Amino acid sequence: MSLLSVDDLVIEHRSPGRPVVRAVAGVSLEVNAGEVVGLVGESGCGKSTLARAVCGLNPVTAGRIAFDGEPVTPLGLRRRKLTGIQMVFQDPYASLNPRRRVGDQIADGLRTVGDTTTRPADLLERVGLPRDFAGRHPHEFSGGQRQRIAIARALAARPRLLIGDEPISALDASAQAQVATLMRDLAVDSGAGLLFISHDLSVVRLIADRIAVMYLGRIVEVGDTAEVWADPRHPYTRALLGAIPKPDGLGVLPAELPGDVPDPADPPQGCRFNPRCPHVMDVCRVEEPEFGPVACWLHEPSRAGTA
Amino acid sequence: MTLAITDLKVTIGGKDILRGVDLSLQEGRVHGLAGESGSGKTMTGLAVLGLLPHGARATGSIALGGRELLTLANKELNQVRGGEVAMVFQDPATSLHPMLTIGRQLTEHMRHHLGVGKKEARARAVELLGKVRIPGAQEAYGRFPHQFSGGMRQRIAIAIALACSPKVLIADEPTTALDVTVQAGVLRLLRGLCDELGLAVLLVTHDLGVMSAVADEVSVMKDGLVVESGPRGQVLREPAHPYTRSLLASLPDTATTTDTATTTDLPAATDTAAGLPGTVTDEGVR
Repeated sequence: MSLLSVDDLVIEHRSPGRPVVRAVAGVSLEVNAGEVVGLVGESGCGKSTLARAVCGLNPVTAGRIAFDGEPVTPLGLRRRKLTGIQMVFQDPYASLNPRRRVGDQIADGLRTVGDTTTRPADLLERVGLPRDFAGRHPHEFSGGQRQRIAIARALAARPRLLIGDEPISALDASAQAQVATLMRDLAVDSGAGLLFISHDLSVVRLIADRIAVMYLGRIVEVGDTAEVWADPRHPYTRALLGAIPKPDGLGVLPAELPGDVPDPADPPQGCRFNPRCPHVMDVCRVEEPEFGPVACWLHEPSRAGTA
Repeated sequence: MTLAITDLKVTIGGKDILRGVDLSLQEGRVHGLAGESGSGKTMTGLAVLGLLPHGARATGSIALGGRELLTLANKELNQVRGGEVAMVFQDPATSLHPMLTIGRQLTEHMRHHLGVGKKEARARAVELLGKVRIPGAQEAYGRFPHQFSGGMRQRIAIAIALACSPKVLIADEPTTALDVTVQAGVLRLLRGLCDELGLAVLLVTHDLGVMSAVADEVSVMKDGLVVESGPRGQVLREPAHPYTRSLLASLPDTATTTDTATTTDLPAATDTAAGLPGTVTDEGVR
């Protein structure tokens, strides 16, 4: 059984006077222990909502989220027993408390699991910071260092599943790959699973074992990172990968995907990608492809042999 | 040559930020400025506009068509800023005013710099919105920034920068805050405008892929110095300086072909918060 299994999850955002926005529209995803899954997609496709729901930070409209076979309940006022899932947030300038010493904040995590032997300084050492930084406040650190501290705090609670919600996008470019690799190493070393959410495909490729590509609330392609990279099958995945400019010095402008992401409150009929898809067929405008691992009528499982 | 920077030095509070930068921008050409954070890329861009932070001292020369920008009086510099030299910033969510319609933001400086009437400014603004491919330019004129997506906002920011027909456009990480698919569109737009209007563009970016896609000339900066400069093909394909080579080698694409484990720990990536007093840098840690 996998560590985390998300089954046909639907999440709707309701706000008064506005149409209901279906941010996540039927997503199934699994993360195994010791595995790094990268979730990629454009902004507004529902990646973060999915991550928050897995942590119990977002109410679920329909579907199931199970961690170790147990359902994940929404986070409330009551003290939580489920500390096996920990999250690293996007912006370490906002996720760390500016008025408390970083050592004390890390100690919070240790206390939740009743760990009395590990010192906060040990965790700082694990994320590559000197031990004596524990007595300092967050403002004394750069963005990359703050994110390391946030990772140390998440690790303090001995998570079996670590979730990174765009943990590198607020960092300087030079620190991004470092922090991402650190997260991978720490998660895999401790045997935990890692769900890494990012819009930066090059970094996800660097650290993920599997990639899930999300578009407008649905996962359109899942697969082994190397396979997806070498042979992207869904037209959207192809467009995403094709849009990354290559540093080959040839001056080739990256291919542009026509149109904008449609309003999630009013998704198009049929396949969600059909208005922007270069290979659109008649069936795409009528029926939504509800199968995997590639949700595209060009890659229908039963037809895969003949196509 | 439209803009020539020679031996530009900037110090802030006794710290040397730029230590003698030489750059030249030409009409219809995109000059890319690469380097890791803290290397002084952004400061170079800001110095051209006279937007250096408080207490900064700049020496050297920035010549725009025979005029020396560094010693120009504030009043004259205001004629240059937004008029002859325009800037596009990194994050369109913060560079646009949230409470003013984009029409207002497009016409305000136009009326000031060009002295045109309300009607004329509006017509020109709508034309500009069309040029940066905003659908329904007439209706878009009266909308607010939050009603547009990130890519659209950056297009609007570019339209605002172009409103007074500048000779020089400084784009500081114009696509860093955008998704790759949107980035492709904005890069195509920038390149097209540069060719069409004969702009001299200084493109500041850390992304060598972006650099390779649009820049004609590439300069690489490190610790306030330009370590390598030359045509795009030469710098990116046959880098002469070891630092440029290490930057290229640290890219994930090349990393998989050359080496696997070691290259992921970027040699270029030191996560330095150089120039920020009071912050501890990772360099001291190692």
